[in-house]
Amino acid sequence: MRSGELARSQESRETVGDYSVPDARMRCRDVEVWYGDKRAIHGVSLDLGRNEVLSMIGPSGCGKSTFLRCLNRMNDTIDGCRVSGSIQLDGEEIYDRALDPVPLRARVGMVFQKPNPFPKSIYENVAYGPRIHGLTNNKTELDALVETSLRKAGLWDEVKDRLDAPGTGLSGGQQQRLCIARTIAVSPEVILMDEPCSALDPIATAIIEELIDELRANYSIAIVTHSMQQAARVSQRTAYFHLGDLIEVGETNQIFTNPQHRLTEDYITGRFG
Amino acid sequence: MQDWILLLVLLAVMTAAYHLGRRRAVIGAGGPSQVHRLHSLPAYYGLYAALWAGLPALLLLALWVGLQDQLVLMLLQAQLPEEMTAGLSEGRLGLLVNDIRNLASGAMLSTEITPELQAAADQYARLDQLGQWSMWTAVLALALTGGWVAWGRTHPGFKARNQVETMVMAIMVLFSSIAILTTLGIVLSVLFESLRFFSMVSPLEFFLGTLWSPQTALRADQVGASGAFGAVPLFTGTLMVSAIAMLVAVPIGLLSAIYLSEYAPRRLRAVAKPVLEVLAGIPTVVYGFFAALTVAPFIRELGQSVGLDVASESALAAGLVMGVMIIPFVSSLSEDVINAVPQSLRDGSYALGATESETIKRVIIPAALPGIVGGVLLAVSRAIGETMIVVMAAGLAANLTANPLDSVTTVTVQIVTLLTGDQEFDSAKTLAAFALGLTLFAVTLVLNVVALHIVRKYREQYD
Repeated sequence: MRSGELARSQESRETVGDYSVPDARMRCRDVEVWYGDKRAIHGVSLDLGRNEVLSMIGPSGCGKSTFLRCLNRMNDTIDGCRVSGSIQLDGEEIYDRALDPVPLRARVGMVFQKPNPFPKSIYENVAYGPRIHGLTNNKTELDALVETSLRKAGLWDEVKDRLDAPGTGLSGGQQQRLCIARTIAVSPEVILMDEPCSALDPIATAIIEELIDELRANYSIAIVTHSMQQAARVSQRTAYFHLGDLIEVGETNQIFTNPQHRLTEDYITGRFG
Repeated sequence: MQDWILLLVLLAVMTAAYHLGRRRAVIGAGGPSQVHRLHSLPAYYGLYAALWAGLPALLLLALWVGLQDQLVLMLLQAQLPEEMTAGLSEGRLGLLVNDIRNLASGAMLSTEITPELQAAADQYARLDQLGQWSMWTAVLALALTGGWVAWGRTHPGFKARNQVETMVMAIMVLFSSIAILTTLGIVLSVLFESLRFFSMVSPLEFFLGTLWSPQTALRADQVGASGAFGAVPLFTGTLMVSAIAMLVAVPIGLLSAIYLSEYAPRRLRAVAKPVLEVLAGIPTVVYGFFAALTVAPFIRELGQSVGLDVASESALAAGLVMGVMIIPFVSSLSEDVINAVPQSLRDGSYALGATESETIKRVIIPAALPGIVGGVLLAVSRAIGETMIVVMAAGLAANLTANPLDSVTTVTVQIVTLLTGDQEFDSAKTLAAFALGLTLFAVTLVLNVVALHIVRKYREQYD
């Protein structure tokens, strides 16, 4: 057992599989992330294609969430966090000194692990982004945008009669869909999801997964998940992270039926993680 | 025979009771190796015996010390020879008794020492001595009895822990009821004195009258001492000074709280926060003379230089300084509620492309608003009750004015002036202080209750 672990740890950490896709929405090359003196991500290269769902799986602490938060510079708010390497959105370097992270985050939206609606009404939660970015010119346009966003998030029929009720009063699954509606309302190109279903029950999870599949028509989606079944259900490509390394990436089908790397195989067959 | 020696002896009895009780329990269980057969840990059996030995005896001791003096004096007065007390008034009798006690304790006397007086003093000393001895006997007897009874009850199945816990709880109930009863006593005494006041001056005049001139006549022909108790100028003065203080404290306190919790780098916060809180540690009397000697003259000169007529004790000076005093109060309460807003809400806002200031304005402040309002209300109730600054800087003239450059007076200032010096406690002038105090108490109580209610309601939202 012990010698087996040793053997595995000496195996190559080079990424197995093709991490690039033609005409990528986001292109990451040799990304390294440091928290103070500790290196959390070791030179990861990975592309996110257009209209695809890319899932990132791996054991706790493998860096998948950290990597996700690099994609819209949410790591900027953490003290002592440094990012090096290249991350491009539509060919534009997002860690460029001249680039303002604020409009970037409107283009790369994010849905969090725990639903975090603002303590405002359902309407105001969705209208928040459009208002701060001045996306609409009048109340009618804003109303229409709120309705479209809620419809796209599959929440409209459940809340159309109580748009003035507080968003925090919804059920967990509804709150998470409200957060997705809120993100859609600013028309992002990419949506990042950090374990969006981990706080939800199976029925709410199924609804969100269905929604993710529908959203793929208009957005590129990167999702971090602990559930391998979820990754298999919603994503087209899957990336397996291990201790800060991107171990293997490929078509979801291939990763789950025919993994190339020992670590990937061990993880998806449930030998650890 | 000092009382504290008795206390030490009592302590020794308690210690002995502890060891004896513990030993009896351990032996009853069949030795130290069989302690697990006891219902409670051995120490509880000891504590049980010690508490029974100590508590009733201590209570008796406290009662005795409180009552012995009166009892001895009563006996003494009953035994005084007829010729000494004949034709003496209540006050004279008191003086005589005092002389006797002083003679007995060897202090200076105001009169000649007569043989009768000496005899009475000896009698007093004897009675006192007797009292002391009976106290020792009674207290020690009670302690030993208590200890013995408790010791006798001790057997392995005895639920000593539950008994000890009940007794400890009873002690705590006793102590907390002391605090509550004290508060209740103060409120009731203020209430009854106020009722006396309102029987002399109608509440209508007090709450609606606009003339405040509490000097009542000592002689019938005295000039300008009719006594008018319309408290409206006091209320408006208090309101004005508090409003000025809040105008200073709320913006400065709130903005510094936002800066410290959202923008300031960690190292700056580590320095700035304690410095801001030092403001809260400055005694109000220091703020008071700062207001009276520095700020008020400065405002007056500033006003005169632009041609304004400013009183040397202006509401503005007192309000400004009081505002500075309240800044740390507002800022630290607001910072607490701002920090209580979950990080996930900030992340959610940033992830939608909001800037820091948009996040603060549209998410954090609205979420923290109930808590901030609660904090501000608490600060208002402090401003209304604040005394020292206004006593020194706000003046005494009860002007009904809306001009902050004028001199005004406040409820607290008037209470201080009404009660300073020698006062007769049956005139409306003195009793007015109680009515003012009751009003003040009612207002701050309502403010505090409302504020605490708001703060608590808001806390539930995130927990």
